[in-house]
Amino acid sequence: MSSPVPKSPEQSEKSKKYDRQLRLWGDHGQKLLENAKVCLINVTALGTEILKSLVLPGIGAFTIVDGEKITEQDTGSNFFLDNDSVGLSRAQVATRCLLELNPDVHGDYIDESPEHIMAHTQDFFNNFSVVIATSLPEKILLPLSKQLWEANVPLIVGRSIGFLAYLRLQIREHTVIEVHPDNEIPDLRLENPWPALREHLNNIDILKLDKKDRSHVPALVILYYYLDKFKNVYGGVPVTRSQKDVLRNLIKEGNSFNDEDDENHLEENFQEAIHYVNTCIGQSRIPSQVQALLDDERCTNLTQESSSFWVMCAALRELVQSDGALPVRGSLPDMAADTINYVALQQLYQKQAQFQAEAQLYQKQAQFQAEAVYRRASQIARSLGQSPDTITEHEVKLFCKHASELYVARGSCIAEEYQSTAFDISSYLEDPDSLMLYYAIIRGLERFISEFNTTPGQFDDQVEPDVLKLKGIIGKLLAEWGCGQAIRDERIHEVCRYGGAELHSVSAMLGGCAAHEIIKLITHQYKPLDNTFIYDAITTNSATFVL
Amino acid sequence: MGDSQDPLNKRWDHLRKILERPGPFCHPEFEPSPEILDFIMTGCKILVIGAGGLGCELLKDLALMGFKQIHVIDMDIIELSNLNRQFLFRHKDIGSSKAEVAAAFINKRIAGCQVTPHFCKIQDYDESFYRQFHIIVCGLDSIVARRWINGMLISLLNYEDGVLDQSSVIPIVDGGTEGFKGNARVILPGLSACIDCTLDLYPPQITYPLCTIANTPRLPEHCIEYVKVIQWPKENPWGIQLDGDDPQHIGWIYEKSMERALQFNITGLTYRLVQGVVKHIIPAVASTNAVIAAVCATEVFKLATSCCIPMNNYMVFNDVDGIYTYTYEAEKKDNCLACSQVPYTIPIKDPAKYKLKDLIELLCESASFQMKNPGLTTVIDGKNKTLYMSTIKSIEEKTKENLSKSLVDLGLRDNSEVMVADLTSPSTMVLKLKYLVSDVEME
Ligand SMILES: [Zn+2]
Repeated sequence: MSSPVPKSPEQSEKSKKYDRQLRLWGDHGQKLLENAKVCLINVTALGTEILKSLVLPGIGAFTIVDGEKITEQDTGSNFFLDNDSVGLSRAQVATRCLLELNPDVHGDYIDESPEHIMAHTQDFFNNFSVVIATSLPEKILLPLSKQLWEANVPLIVGRSIGFLAYLRLQIREHTVIEVHPDNEIPDLRLENPWPALREHLNNIDILKLDKKDRSHVPALVILYYYLDKFKNVYGGVPVTRSQKDVLRNLIKEGNSFNDEDDENHLEENFQEAIHYVNTCIGQSRIPSQVQALLDDERCTNLTQESSSFWVMCAALRELVQSDGALPVRGSLPDMAADTINYVALQQLYQKQAQFQAEAQLYQKQAQFQAEAVYRRASQIARSLGQSPDTITEHEVKLFCKHASELYVARGSCIAEEYQSTAFDISSYLEDPDSLMLYYAIIRGLERFISEFNTTPGQFDDQVEPDVLKLKGIIGKLLAEWGCGQAIRDERIHEVCRYGGAELHSVSAMLGGCAAHEIIKLITHQYKPLDNTFIYDAITTNSATFVL
Repeated sequence: MGDSQDPLNKRWDHLRKILERPGPFCHPEFEPSPEILDFIMTGCKILVIGAGGLGCELLKDLALMGFKQIHVIDMDIIELSNLNRQFLFRHKDIGSSKAEVAAAFINKRIAGCQVTPHFCKIQDYDESFYRQFHIIVCGLDSIVARRWINGMLISLLNYEDGVLDQSSVIPIVDGGTEGFKGNARVILPGLSACIDCTLDLYPPQITYPLCTIANTPRLPEHCIEYVKVIQWPKENPWGIQLDGDDPQHIGWIYEKSMERALQFNITGLTYRLVQGVVKHIIPAVASTNAVIAAVCATEVFKLATSCCIPMNNYMVFNDVDGIYTYTYEAEKKDNCLACSQVPYTIPIKDPAKYKLKDLIELLCESASFQMKNPGLTTVIDGKNKTLYMSTIKSIEEKTKENLSKSLVDLGLRDNSEVMVADLTSPSTMVLKLKYLVSDVEME
C-alpha cells in the first residue's frame, strides 16, 4: 500500500480520436492498422465505401488503381466523386475526397487501367497488405487471383448490382490470435493443477470449516475438493453427463453436510461450483484445433521466413510437450454477486481477500509461463536467423493468454474456383430459397460482360434479348458443373433489369462488411469470412458459402 | 427540380433503371414510371433523427438514393472521439452542431439536395412538426429517445370506430449498433411491432450491487463505481457535479480508483476503462454503422417507392465471426403499453399493503416498462388527483407522502385507471389496476 498511486496519464490526441474502436481491437490492433497499406482496383461506389471505412479508423495508406474518367452516372452513386468532377480521373478525385476524411492517412493513385499495370509492372500488387477488387472483369481477375495467391497477399473481390451484392475473400493462410469469442469458458485447471495451485487447494479442508467459513470459500476450492473425492471413488474425472451429475450431487450434499438448515438452500459458492461442472471439467486439455496447429507442418518445419505466429507456436509446442497442457489464461471469472447482505462485513472482506489470493495465483502462473514461451520463442527466432525484434513480449503474452482460441484460416484460390468443374451446386439449388442461385447468376453475369463487353440490360430495349443471352450463358455454366437444375427465368430477368445499376445503399452495406473483413485480416483479430458472402437486399437475407 | 426528368441528366440513371423498369420481384402495387423518382426528389419528406455514427451514413445514403427533402435533428455537438466514424465532420468542426455541419456537407457534396438541420432535442417539437414527414429514420443511441419518437408517431394515428386510418401511419425505420453488432427494423406504427412491443430486446444497463462496490470489490469496474458513486459525492473535489467530459474529473476518478484497486490487490484498471465506466461508453466503428445505416436507407427507399416489399421487420447483424445476418418478424404485443389501444392491466395481490412506491418501482424496474421518472395521476370521484410527480419540485413536495401509502388508502379501487407520464413517451399511458381480492372482502 506504500507504493505510490500512478498519476492520471496524459491521453494522446490519437487515442482520444480512436477511443471508440480502441476499445475493440486495442492499441496493438490499431498499430497494425496504421502500418497497413491496401490497394483498391476500380472506383465503384462499393470500392470507395470500403476505403471510407478503412480511412476513418486510420489505415496507414491506400492506393487506388483506375484508368477511367468520371461519368455523370458515377456521381449519382458514389459519394467520393464530387458534382463538378465529371470528366476528371476517377482515381484522382476519389483519392482527394477520401483523404479529406482523415489527415493521418496517406493515399495515392495510379490513373491507369488494372490491365495495364498487370501487363507492365506485374509485382505491383504484391506489395500491399490486402488488395481490393470491385467489378473486375474475369480476364484480369483470374491472373491477379493466381498471382496474389502465390504471394500470400489477401484478395477481396466485391460486386454490387441492383439489390444484389457479392463478396469473396481469397486468403491462402491467415493466422488469428484473438478471435474474441462471445462466451469464454473459464480456465480453472482443477483437473491438473500446477504445484503451487495444488498446494494451495490441498490446504483447505472444506469439511473442517464451520458454516460461516464455508460460506465464503471460493467456488473453485469447493469444486476442486469434490472433484478430488470423485477421483478417489471413480478413478478419474467425470466426462459424461451422468458422471457429471454424480459430481454435482456430491457438491450439493456437501453443502448440507452437518447442517440442520433445509436442504434446498444452496449457498452461492456451492451453486457456482455446480455451475462450473459442465463447462470446466472433463474437457480435453488441448482443444483439437489447437493441437492440429501444433502438429502443423508450418509449426514443425520452421524456416527463416516463418511468421512470429508459427515461431510462437513452436515454442508453445515445447511447453505443451513438457507440461501436458496449454499455458494458463491467468484470469478468473468474477464470482457471483453478493446478495446476502446479512453476512458480517468482516466475512465479506475475508471472502474478497481469498478470491483475490486465488486470482493472483492464476495471474502469476500465466506470467511465468508466458515468460518461458517468450524466452524460447526468441531463441528459436534467433536460431532461424531472424532479427531479434521479430517477437515481442507483449505479443507472446497475448498469444499465451489466447492459446486455446488460436485459429488459422486457409482458403481457396479464386482462379481455381473459376476453372473447376467439380463444383456441386445441385445440392444447394435443391433448396429453392438458397441464395446460391445468385452465385450462378453472378458467374453468368461476369461471363456475359467478358463476352459482350457490356452489362446485361444496359439499354432499355436490350433487357428482353439480354435475358435470353444471359440464360444461355448460365445454362452452359450449370452444365459445366454437371448440374441438371435450371435458374428460374424471373431471377435472370431481375438481374437484367438492373442493367448494371449500382445502388448506393446496397454498395454501402457490402462496403461496411468488406471493410471489417479487411480490418480482421490486418489486425489478426476476429475470424474472417470463409469465403463467399451473398446479400439479397430485396428480402434482406444473406448467406455464406465455402467455395 | 425536374432533375429526374431531364434526359440529358444521366446522374440518376442507376435509380431510373430500378424505378422505370418492371421487375418480377417488385411490390404488387409497383408501377414503374419516371414519376416515382420525381416523387422522392420533390415530394417525399424524410426525417433523420440523430446525426451521429448512423445519422451521417443515413444522410449520405438517402441523398444518393435520390431523396432531396431531408430534415435532420440532433442536439449534440461534435467531439474529437466522433471523428473515427462520423465522416461528415472534420477536426475544425469540433464544438459545432452535428446536425448543422452534416446538413451543410451533404448539401455541398450532392447538388440539389436540401437537408434542413434542427439543432435541438426531439422533445422540442410537437406533433405538427412530426406530422409533415412521410418516413422517419432513427439513428439513435438512446432507448428513451427511441421510445419517445415511437410514442409520438403512435399518437398521430387516427382510429375511426376502432379501425386504423392507414393514411395516418408514418413508418419508422430504426437502426442501432454496438461494436460489431447491429440491428435494423421497420415499424409501421399501429400495424407491426413497435419499440415498446420489443422492449425486452434492450437489456437494462449493467449496475453493480452497492454492497459489492462498497465491501467486496473484485473487478476494476467495482473500484471505479465506488469512487464515482460514493467517493465523489462525499469528497466533491471541485464542489460541482461529476462531468465525464472533463479530463480533470476523469483524472481524479482514475487516481482514486487506482488507489482502491491497489488496496484490494485488483489489477487491470486503466484510464480507458475509467472513462468507459464513468461515461457508459459504447464501442463503435465505422463499418458497423455503414452496414446498419445502409440497410435502413434501403428500407426507406422501398417504403417510399414501393419498388419492393419492405423488410418484415427486424434484422440482426454481427460480423465478429464471419458475416452473419438474420431477418425475422418481431411480434406486435397485444397489450403493448404504447401501441395496443388497450389500457395495460396490472394485477395487484394485496392492495391494502401494496404501496404507491411499489407500483413506481415496478414501472421502473420491470423489463416491459423500463420507465425513468413516472408521474402518476388518477381520477377519484370525478376529480383529478395527482398521486406522485417527481419532475416538478413543488408537486413532489406535496405528493411524496403518498409514496408510502397503500393503493387502498389512496382511494384507488379495483379497475381504477392510473395515468402515467414518463420521459419515454410524449403521451400519457393508462394503467388499469386489477385487484386479485374483491373490494368487498377488504372492507
Ligand atoms: Zn407496441
